[in-house]
Amino acid sequence: MKKFALQDHGLVPAHILLTVEESDEVLQSYGVDSAHLPKIRVSDPVVKEIGGKVGDVVKIIRNSSTSGESVFYRLVID
Amino acid sequence: MTVPKRIGKISFGLISPQEFRRMSVVKIITADTYDDDGFPIEMGLMDPRLGVIDPGLRCRSCGGRPGECPGHFGHIDLIAPVIHVGFAKLIRKILRGICRECSRLMLLDGEKRMYIDQIETLVRLGQTTDDIVNKVFAEARKHKVCPYCSAPQQEIKFERPLAYVEDGHKLTASDIRDRFEKIPDEDVKVMGMNPDTARPEWMLLTVLPVPPVTMRPSITLESGQRSEDDLTHKLVDIIRINQRFQENREAGAPQLIIEDLWELLQYHITTFLDNTVSGVPPARHRSGRPLKTLSQRLKGKEGRFRGSLSGKRVNFSARTVISPDPNLSINEVGVPLEIAMELSVPLVVSPRNIEVMRDFVRRGSDKHPGVNYITRADGRRVKVTERNAEEVAEQLEPGWRIDRQLMDGDIVLFNRQPSLHRMSIMSHRVIVMPHKTFRLNPAVCPPYNADFDGDEMNLHVPQTEEARAEAEILMRVQENILSPRFGGPIIGGIHDYVTGNFLLTHGERRINRLEVMDVLKKLHHIEIPEPAGWDEAGAPYWTGKQIFSLILPKGLNLEFKASFCKNCDSCKRDGCDDDAYVAIRDGEIICGTIDAAAVGAFKGKITDRVIKEYGPTVGAGFIDGMTQMAIRGIMLAGFSFGIDDEDIPKEAGDQIEDVLNAARENVRKLIDAYKAGELEPLPGRTLDETLEMRIMQTLGKARDNTGSIAGRYLGIDNSGVVMAVSGARGSMLNLTQMAACVGQQSVRGERIRRGYEGRTLPHFRRGDLGAEAHGFVHSSYKEGLNPTEFFFHAIGGREGLVDTAIRTSQSGYLQRRLINALQDLEVQYDGTVKETRGIIVQFSYGEDGVDASKRDYASPENVHRIVQRVLRKEGA
Ligand SMILES: [Mg+2]
Ligand SMILES: [Zn+2]
Ligand SMILES: [Zn+2]
Ligand SMILES: [Zn+2]
Repeated sequence: MKKFALQDHGLVPAHILLTVEESDEVLQSYGVDSAHLPKIRVSDPVVKEIGGKVGDVVKIIRNSSTSGESVFYRLVID
Repeated sequence: MTVPKRIGKISFGLISPQEFRRMSVVKIITADTYDDDGFPIEMGLMDPRLGVIDPGLRCRSCGGRPGECPGHFGHIDLIAPVIHVGFAKLIRKILRGICRECSRLMLLDGEKRMYIDQIETLVRLGQTTDDIVNKVFAEARKHKVCPYCSAPQQEIKFERPLAYVEDGHKLTASDIRDRFEKIPDEDVKVMGMNPDTARPEWMLLTVLPVPPVTMRPSITLESGQRSEDDLTHKLVDIIRINQRFQENREAGAPQLIIEDLWELLQYHITTFLDNTVSGVPPARHRSGRPLKTLSQRLKGKEGRFRGSLSGKRVNFSARTVISPDPNLSINEVGVPLEIAMELSVPLVVSPRNIEVMRDFVRRGSDKHPGVNYITRADGRRVKVTERNAEEVAEQLEPGWRIDRQLMDGDIVLFNRQPSLHRMSIMSHRVIVMPHKTFRLNPAVCPPYNADFDGDEMNLHVPQTEEARAEAEILMRVQENILSPRFGGPIIGGIHDYVTGNFLLTHGERRINRLEVMDVLKKLHHIEIPEPAGWDEAGAPYWTGKQIFSLILPKGLNLEFKASFCKNCDSCKRDGCDDDAYVAIRDGEIICGTIDAAAVGAFKGKITDRVIKEYGPTVGAGFIDGMTQMAIRGIMLAGFSFGIDDEDIPKEAGDQIEDVLNAARENVRKLIDAYKAGELEPLPGRTLDETLEMRIMQTLGKARDNTGSIAGRYLGIDNSGVVMAVSGARGSMLNLTQMAACVGQQSVRGERIRRGYEGRTLPHFRRGDLGAEAHGFVHSSYKEGLNPTEFFFHAIGGREGLVDTAIRTSQSGYLQRRLINALQDLEVQYDGTVKETRGIIVQFSYGEDGVDASKRDYASPENVHRIVQRVLRKEGA
C-alpha cells in the first residue's frame, strides 16, 4: 500500500518541530513555562511523522480567514 | 493570588454507624430542649456542646463564639435499624440480587471477575458505571436458585412506600440489615460500590446524626416564647418514639405494639430526611403547614443550591417597571425619587469636602439629596433622622463615612434578565425623577431586549471607588454601542424613531421657522443654518435633510444605500429616483433618506461611522440628538395606522382575484397532468414530490404577485408602507397578508396534510390535492378567513409558537453550557488568552487578535477606508 505524508494533505496544517533554542525563545517571548502551552500527544500521527519526542515544542501554522496565517505552539506530551 | 487550600479530591460514600459516633460530640437521650429557667438541657436537643447561637455564650466543644463556631454533630442511638428513604430503590435491587440464605451476589465467579474488570476500566476512564451495575443486578436477579448454597430464591415485592415483602412476609429493617452484613466485600465491588467507603448495610440506619444547633436555630418571638426549627420538631418526635419503643420492648410488650412503634419510628425518620416521599403523608406543623425537612432545604428553586449558592440577594439594588423617555440621554436612567431616597452612595468625609458633606447631613433622610446613615471613624453606624440631623452634621469629622442618597449624576448599573450578553448590564448616570418607573431612552432597548409592556429592570449602586471607575470606564452605555458580536451598533433608533427620521428627511420636506424651532428645541449648541429658500409668501423654509445635518459632526463623509434601495441594476447614486442613496459630505446630507440603515439599531451606518471616527462620546450625542429630533419629526408630520390603511381600490381587488383564480387553475392543471401521468419529475425527486413542489411554487408566486399588485396601490403616503420601507416595523409581506392574500400555511415546510383519512378536514373530498384542501388561504386578514382557512391558519401558527418555545429553551441551555465552560478565560495584556492556571488557550485572541467591535461589520479589513480618509486630509 502506498504511504502518504499527512502534511501533504491540504487540510492538515503545517507542523514544524522546533529546536531547543527555538522553543526556549518562544517560551520566553510568551513568558511562560512549557507546562503552560497547549498539549499534543507523541502518539499524534503528525507528531510521529515529524519525529517529535516528549518535551519538544511543535509550531503549527494554520490558515485563517481573518488573519491569513495563525501560529500556534504545542508541547509534546506522553 | 494564593489559594489557601486546594481540594485534592472529593469522594462520595455512605457514613458508617461508627463514623457517625466518632463525629458526634454528644449522645442525645432526651427530647426536652430548655429547662424552666431557659437553659439548654444536657444531652437534650439543644445541648451546649452542639454549638452556640445565643450571643455572649461560648461553645462547649470548641470554645468559639457564635459565628466562629461552625456547630458540631450529636447522635441518637436507634433501638432498631431503620431504612434510609434515599436508598429505598438500591436496597430493593440488592435484596433481589443476593441469596436469601448466604447473602452472596448470585453471579458465577467468572462473571463477577468480568464485571469488576469492566467497572475498573470505566472508573479509570472517568465514566459512569451505572449501565454495568444495572446489568449486574438484572443478571443476578435471574437466578431462581443460589449458585453457591443452592437455596431456592423467593420473589421480593416492593410495596410503596417502604415495605419489602418476601413470600407474603414483610422483611423488617433488621432482617435486611442482617442479610446485607453477610455480603462479602468482593461482591460489594461487583455491585459498583467500594466496600471501604460504602457497605450496603449502612443504608439501614442504626445511628442517627443530630445536626448542630447552628443549622436549626430557635427563634425567640416577640412574646418571649421560643419557637423551634422544623428539624428540631422532627428530632423531638424521633427521640420520643425511640424512647417509647425501648420501654415497650424492655417491658416485653406484644409483637403487634412493637411493630407499630417500629413503623412509627421509620415514618418519623423518613420524613426527617425527606418530607415529600410519595405514599408517605407529609409531617405537618400544628398549623397544618408541612414541615421543611432536610431534603426540602436543598431541593428546588429556593433550595440551598439554586437559592443560596448559585443565586444571592444583594443590598443597594432596586427593581421596578420601565418606561420610555426620549429626552433622556442613552447614558442616563430616570430613577424614581422614592428609590433614590432609599439607595445610597458611601462618601468619605475629608477636610476639603466636609462643608458639602455637612449640607447633605443637615438635610436629614427625608429631604432629597440627604443622608441615610453615617459611620464614625470607629465604625459605629448612626441612622440620620430629622431629629438628630443638625447635631450629627456638627459632629462630622474627616474620616467619617456618610451614606448619601442617590442623586443626579451618580453612576449605577442597570440590568434586564435574562442577562445573555455583556450589554445586559450597562452603567447609566442617574437622573432623579418623579413617579414610580425607571425611565430610559428607547434607543437602548435593543441591547437589553426590553420593551414597555410591563418589563421590569434592576438597578445596582456600586459602593466602592474601584467599582465606580470600572462601571464608568468599561460599562457605560456609550462604550457598548458597538457590539462585539457583529462590529456594528446594537444601539439605535427603533420603531417611531426610525419613522420620524424617515418622514423628516424623505424627499424635500419643507419646514417653516416655527416648525424648525419645535423640532430643535431640546437640542443643545445648535446654530440654525441659512434657509434653503423662501416660499411664495416670502417666508423662509428649511429642508428636513438640512435639519438632520445639524446633528452630524462636521467633516463626516459617508455614502451608502438606504434600507429601501431597490438595488437597481445600475445605481444612479445621488440621482436615485427614490431618494434611496444617502450621500453625506462634510456633515451635510447631500441626498438620500435617513432610515433604519442609517440610524437603526443593529444596522445604523451613520452611528457606526460617527463612533469609529469621532469616538463614543460624539456617537452617544448623535444618538441622543437623533431620538429627540425623530420624536418631534414624527409629531410634526403626524403618524397613525388604522384598518382603512389596508384598504385597496376595487380594481386592485379584482386583479388580485384574477391572479388567484389563475393560480387555482394552474394548480388544477398540474393535478390533472399528474393524474394523467404526464407530469415530468424534477431531477432527484419522485413524482409526488415534484407535484407538491410545483404546487407550492405556483401558489407562492401567486401570493407574491398579489403582494406587488397591492404594493402598487399602497404608495409611500401609506403609513404601513412607510414603516415597512424605512425598516421601522413590519415588512411588505405583512402588508400583503393584511391587504391582499395570506397565502400558503405550512407545517415543517410542507403543505398541510395531517388530519383525517385521505383528507385534511371533512369539508373536502378524499384525495383532493387542490390548493384549498391543503391550507392555501386566499383571503387577506382584512377580508377575514373562512372557517377552513382559519383552521389551517391556526395549524401553521401553532407550529411557530411551538418552535419558538423549544428553540428558546434549547438555545438557553446551550448558551449556559458554553458560558460555564468559557467564563474563566481571560485575554491578557500581551493578547494571549489564558485560563486561570495560566495555561495558554490561544496565542492571539481569536487567532487574529482583532476586537470585533473595532472593525467594520466583522469585515476583516478597514485599511482601505483609513487610507481614503488620510488621502482626503492630505488633499484638503
Ligand atoms: Mg416585554
Ligand atoms: Zn463549637
Ligand atoms: Zn446462597
Ligand atoms: Zn437606488
